[in-house]
Amino acid sequence: MAAGNEVSTTYYIQHHLQNLTFGKHPENGWSLAHSAEEASEMGFWAIHVDTMGWSIAMGLLFIFLFRKAGKMATTGVPGGLQNAVEMVFEFVEDMIKGAFKGHNPIIAPLARTLFVWILFMNTLKIIPVDYFPVLFSKLGVDYMKIVPTTDVNATLGLALGVFGLILCYSFKVKGVGGFAKELSLTPFNHWALIPFNLLLEIVALLVKPFSLAMRLFCNMFAGEVIFILIAMLPFWAIWLLDVPWAIFHILIVVLQAFIFTVLSVVYLSAAHEHH
Amino acid sequence: MELSYIAASIMIGLGALGTGSGFAILGGKLIESTARQPELGDQLQTKTFLMAGLLDAVPMIGVGIAMYLIFGVAG
Repeated sequence: MAAGNEVSTTYYIQHHLQNLTFGKHPENGWSLAHSAEEASEMGFWAIHVDTMGWSIAMGLLFIFLFRKAGKMATTGVPGGLQNAVEMVFEFVEDMIKGAFKGHNPIIAPLARTLFVWILFMNTLKIIPVDYFPVLFSKLGVDYMKIVPTTDVNATLGLALGVFGLILCYSFKVKGVGGFAKELSLTPFNHWALIPFNLLLEIVALLVKPFSLAMRLFCNMFAGEVIFILIAMLPFWAIWLLDVPWAIFHILIVVLQAFIFTVLSVVYLSAAHEHH
Repeated sequence: MELSYIAASIMIGLGALGTGSGFAILGGKLIESTARQPELGDQLQTKTFLMAGLLDAVPMIGVGIAMYLIFGVAG
């Protein structure tokens, strides 16, 4: 990655989009993949170490910050951290009041965790593109994609987690019969049209996690690619383009976290409706 | 293999068309309704941002797949 040599653009882009995968390679067993081909040969038994690492790190940062704020919460003059945490609490609270119709104690913490965790994971994108890959390549680690949400596995994992909650609360609140009845009789309340209803409802149910995951993934992935493209321009052009794009991304980062959370709450409140 | 570049650009272009007109109508309605009832201004704005996110979903999925096409497949 030395500045001097002519790095072919596609190699540069592909290098920055490649995750650090650790997995069972047919020839050299459990190892870190040194190239994209090796990573794909690992097939199922492979894990994106950088995505896992950074998402867990952001999760721990979230837990640490909120626990610290909780411990030192005073009724006197609140510190900066306490103000910030209170702001997040109120923001999530009145968002839930608007969107969530049922009453379930875990929805507020869930929405808060989702919002802040995704916000932290997304803000990693504001860090300049070359910073961590070059740093880690000095330490001998050749791939490092630091933004977990630009990896479809992370966003799909989040969405499947929410999907699991939707299903379990639908069964819990509506009961298996109620849920099955809702799926089979919703648009047209007639027994002859059950297969058509089922098709509609099952597709609508499956689109929910897919759209949640793909919306977050594609926004972040496209933004990341554009950051990489900007990074390849001559020096003066980088400042001209990177700064506005990063500022624009401050909106995108918060907006995507907000939308993922609100939609999860809306889907969960739909799951809590009791006919 | 060159066709995938054309395919990607069509995907991004048509997606942008939809998003552009969608945002235009959305923004216009926001300004109209805020002018009609200024006190609802900030509520309407948060709802507009929410709708903007939803509206953005499908074109962004298109852009995401197009980027993958460009760098992943044809790269």
